Amino acid sequence: MSLVKVTIDQIEVEVEAGTTILNAARIIGGGVVPPAMCYYSKLEGSGGKCRTCLVKVAQGSAKDPRPMPKLVPSCRTLVQDGMVVQNITSPEVMEARKAITEFLLINHPLDCPVCDQAGECHLQDLSYDHGLADTQTVEDRRTFAPIDIGDKIKLHMNRCILCYRCVMVADQLTDQRVHGVLGRGDHCEISTHILKAVDNDFSGNMIDVCPVGALTDKTFRFKSRVWFTKPFDAHRECTKCSGKVVLWKKGDEILRVTGRKNKYGELEEFICNDCRFEHKEPNDWQIEGPRKIERHSVIGQNHYEKL
Amino acid sequence: MAQQILLKNSDVPGLASFEVYRKLGGYASIEKTLKNFTPDQVTDEVKKSGLKGRGGAGFPAGMKWSFLDKSTSNPRYFICNFDESEPGTFKDRHIGQLNPHQLIEGMILGSYALGARTSYIYIRGELFYVLRIIEKAIAEAYANGFLGKNILGSGYDLDLYCHPGAGAYICGEETALIESLEGKRGNPRIKPPFPAIVGLYDCPTVVNNVETIANLPWIMNNGAEAYAAIGVGNSKGTKLISACGHINKPGIYEIELGLPVEEFIYSDEYCGGIRNGNKLKAVVAGGSSVPILPAELILKTAKGEPRLMSYESLAEGGFETGTMLGSGGFIVMDETTCIVKNLLTFSRFYHHESCGQCSPCREGTGWMERILHRIENGHGTMKDIDLLVSISKHIEGNTICPLGDAAAWPVASAIRHFRQEFEDHVKLQKCPLSK
Ligand SMILES: Cc1cc2nc3c(=O)[nH]c(=O)nc-3n(C[C@H](O)[C@H](O)[C@H](O)COP(=O)(O)O)c2cc1C
Ligand code: SF4
Ligand code: SF4
Ligand code: FES
Repeated sequence: MSLVKVTIDQIEVEVEAGTTILNAARIIGGGVVPPAMCYYSKLEGSGGKCRTCLVKVAQGSAKDPRPMPKLVPSCRTLVQDGMVVQNITSPEVMEARKAITEFLLINHPLDCPVCDQAGECHLQDLSYDHGLADTQTVEDRRTFAPIDIGDKIKLHMNRCILCYRCVMVADQLTDQRVHGVLGRGDHCEISTHILKAVDNDFSGNMIDVCPVGALTDKTFRFKSRVWFTKPFDAHRECTKCSGKVVLWKKGDEILRVTGRKNKYGELEEFICNDCRFEHKEPNDWQIEGPRKIERHSVIGQNHYEKL
Repeated sequence: MAQQILLKNSDVPGLASFEVYRKLGGYASIEKTLKNFTPDQVTDEVKKSGLKGRGGAGFPAGMKWSFLDKSTSNPRYFICNFDESEPGTFKDRHIGQLNPHQLIEGMILGSYALGARTSYIYIRGELFYVLRIIEKAIAEAYANGFLGKNILGSGYDLDLYCHPGAGAYICGEETALIESLEGKRGNPRIKPPFPAIVGLYDCPTVVNNVETIANLPWIMNNGAEAYAAIGVGNSKGTKLISACGHINKPGIYEIELGLPVEEFIYSDEYCGGIRNGNKLKAVVAGGSSVPILPAELILKTAKGEPRLMSYESLAEGGFETGTMLGSGGFIVMDETTCIVKNLLTFSRFYHHESCGQCSPCREGTGWMERILHRIENGHGTMKDIDLLVSISKHIEGNTICPLGDAAAWPVASAIRHFRQEFEDHVKLQKCPLSK
């Protein structure tokens, strides 16, 4: 593999050719990593939609004659040798990101107080970092009634940011796709096609990939705020998946089972519905130890390793 | 009388039939080209002719063809974009309805040049009656040996299909069109890669507009030089203009590029002046997406030179004082027109047609419509006007496909040139022109 040099916010990094700007920034880490609400490294074709990861390519390379400077989605733009990228050092990027955050919120119900995702929601993080203190909209927001996507998953379409991740899970992970997008524009709707329930061994991963509270776990709904639960790495023998999960406990009770997510909120591995929904007894699991959540959001503050 | 390439025989009864078309010299270019030209030579001719894409962006057709990836043995596809849905644009329908064989003849030439053995005409769903006409014409072309195996004994095979969309403006965007043709939801793809490398079924593909393709037979019959001799500057050949609005003679006109805008609007050969002798207020010169210009700037450039119907002249002055030739949808508004109301209509369209993939366009188009609705109905504030400008700025350039820009430009330009009218709506708390 040939290496190429790219500079992001004045930090130079050498990465393999074919790496995206976003992933190059993740190699550097820290503040120069753009927020990514739709890209998901494990889902083919994801990214490019939410536009929160826009960065400025200040200078392209000799090989690519396209006119620069220009804002591009970092999750879908490959680095090129000699590329100069600005993220947090570009006022233009910061302005665009603020605007995108506002776009994502103008139709959002802002119902965090009653949303199960609160505390681990990427839209909350994004608004905290880039949102306005006040709203500039006075009109009604689009509304949909919550619906069931299968017997274990609840869809609150009002909260959906149309990142398409769940559609890609349905498409790429499950064998019979019955899940997709209906309609156009801001009246788009995530739907199981013609209300067929999603009944599949891996459908629960839709909950984990959803960056917001649009898809939530019906077996966990309203049981507890996530920051009152304590995450533990645990595993079990499973024939369908690796069986490596995170248990979210309150006292001795296992309230929720999810996959293991990295600091960008991406699952390390997809887990099966059996592990996720059907095993909530302490002796179902071998506990490995407390899970450290490396995020700056509310659950990221939940450090209790010393307990 | 201007040179006629596309409308020349439109008055001949039965032109849509193979027999009549052939008698008028139709399909001669196929005989000539398959015998005397290699595919690359056809591409060279088109390059030399200076023909630009007539679908809106005005990209040089020959150059687009030369980007086609020929390095693999994958099939290549040539697609005709017949999704014509831009408000104000209704020229392609005319070709398909009255002169389908000229389009088919052009499809054969383009497919031959690109090495495509299967080609598609993707037609807007609402034009089902035109689909029927084209399908009949395709059947006739097969029956007469111009389509199918071993065309005219040249060894070149071509299959041509006409495929209807389901009535979405976004499926006119070339990558959404390709997705739709593949049987998927018509969402634009993220570029790069461009269709010339990864297109239909992931194979190299060229998409061209109906009018672009219908010019090809004339170019091959008469030569690139003859085509390039028509027009001005880098605007070669003729252009169909669909003229509508407050003019005496709405309709479809074929002009030689370079015709003064003033002559186009006022001469009896074309629009025949403004209805009831009214004053011209504004023109949207190239379909609803391009910036609107007030009368003084559409007739003359900011430098005071007469504005011409050409790619360069209409763009003179950039977006500050200029616009674009676009798809040739020429919308004329007289003094009785409310610019805000017109803009609201456009914005409602873009809101309705946004595919919803990317957040600036999905959310911004609806937001702009709602604000405009408020202003037009007397509930707007001065802050709303600036908010509209800022929303349009935040959509522009930040989206997956140009529909976002197409929604933003009309808003930005209407406020740039007619700000007073927006402010009057706010001050009066109603539309100043409403009764
Ligand atoms: C939202 C949108 C709608 C479009 N609709 C059409 C259309 O109806 N017909 C068309 O020829 N081009 C349309 N285009 C332009 C096409 O993407 C493409 O540029 C064109 O078909 C290329 O043909 P040309 O080079 O011959 O102009 C549209 C573009 C956008 C962004
Ligand atoms: S439901 Fe969630 S995962 Fe699915 S598109 Fe909406 S925000 Fe994305
Ligand atoms: S700009 Fe609009 S139409 Fe184009 S991809 Fe984005 S949401 Fe869809
Ligand atoms: S993460 Fe790149 S566009 Fe959404």
